[in-house]
Amino acid sequence: MQGIKTPWSIKRELLTKSEDETDPKYGYKPEERPYPEIIKFGIINLDKPPGPSSHEVTAWIKRILGIEHAGHGGTLEPIAVS
Amino acid sequence: MTGVLPVALEEATKVIQALLRAGKEYIGVMKLHGDASEERIKEVFSEFTGKIYQRPPLRASVKRAIRVRTIYYLDALEIDGRNVLFKVGCEAGTYVRKLIHDIGKVLGCGAHMHELRRIRAGPFTEDESMVTLHDVLYLYDRWRETGNISMLRRFILPMEKALGLLPKVFIRDSAVDAICHGAHLTAPGITHIESGINPMDTVAIFTLKGEAVALGTAMATTEEMLKATHGIMVKTERVLMPRGTYPKLWR
Repeated sequence: MQGIKTPWSIKRELLTKSEDETDPKYGYKPEERPYPEIIKFGIINLDKPPGPSSHEVTAWIKRILGIEHAGHGGTLEPIAVS
Repeated sequence: MTGVLPVALEEATKVIQALLRAGKEYIGVMKLHGDASEERIKEVFSEFTGKIYQRPPLRASVKRAIRVRTIYYLDALEIDGRNVLFKVGCEAGTYVRKLIHDIGKVLGCGAHMHELRRIRAGPFTEDESMVTLHDVLYLYDRWRETGNISMLRRFILPMEKALGLLPKVFIRDSAVDAICHGAHLTAPGITHIESGINPMDTVAIFTLKGEAVALGTAMATTEEMLKATHGIMVKTERVLMPRGTYPKLWR
């Protein structure tokens, strides 16, 4: 098989320029965000079912969660029958 | 089509642009319209690996000029008569249906795509974090009933996950709010840098807590950023964090 490096196989190392501490008074660790921030800054890794369009599925998520805005990352449209 | 569809909520919709530009992986079934040998199929698959030229299909929402896309790999997993189970890793904006159609033309017999499932969109894959619409309905109801936030955490990931494949630059608290107001990132604000960054690369700016602050364009290499004492290191392109999250420590 061909040996082209995929963007998801690149490994990066974290290098330190200078040490500093962060004040717990501001912001949250992403995995510890409380409600409603957890939704406001959240993303769902959805397994799109066949049939409805990506747009329809996104509209359902909006309705289920009762939120104003949602958007999907890359259309997965149903195969057109022709 | 089925498979990985990241759905960003509220403020997180700002990270979608990073996902749209990210590579994808699909698994699908190609149906041949005539006979072709296994050897020939594999030969043509390898011809369609690397840089390919593709004219967007008629129904496409983009300009139909021929464009170049990179196919990272294209594997025939199983060949059963005229059905070929394939797996492909490709650059954002590749039309897989068109790819299969074009492969059919080169094979001579013609082909069309019968089924397709996306198994990767950038950093999102078919792993334990993936949920169905039913899971979303069920877990959201459980949260409403119990108030137990772990129900939300089981299906809502932090938006930072969407930036998982971008190189990261970490900054100190005192630099955060200026970036949120659109300022560019200068050398003194930086605490940590990931390796392999080159000028013009898209990078993600993070707080020391691991929160996404902004997307930007690198103005220097990782090594130059490590040494620099002044100057713009990253040009801020898209602010992700609301202003006022961190204190205003700049004039």
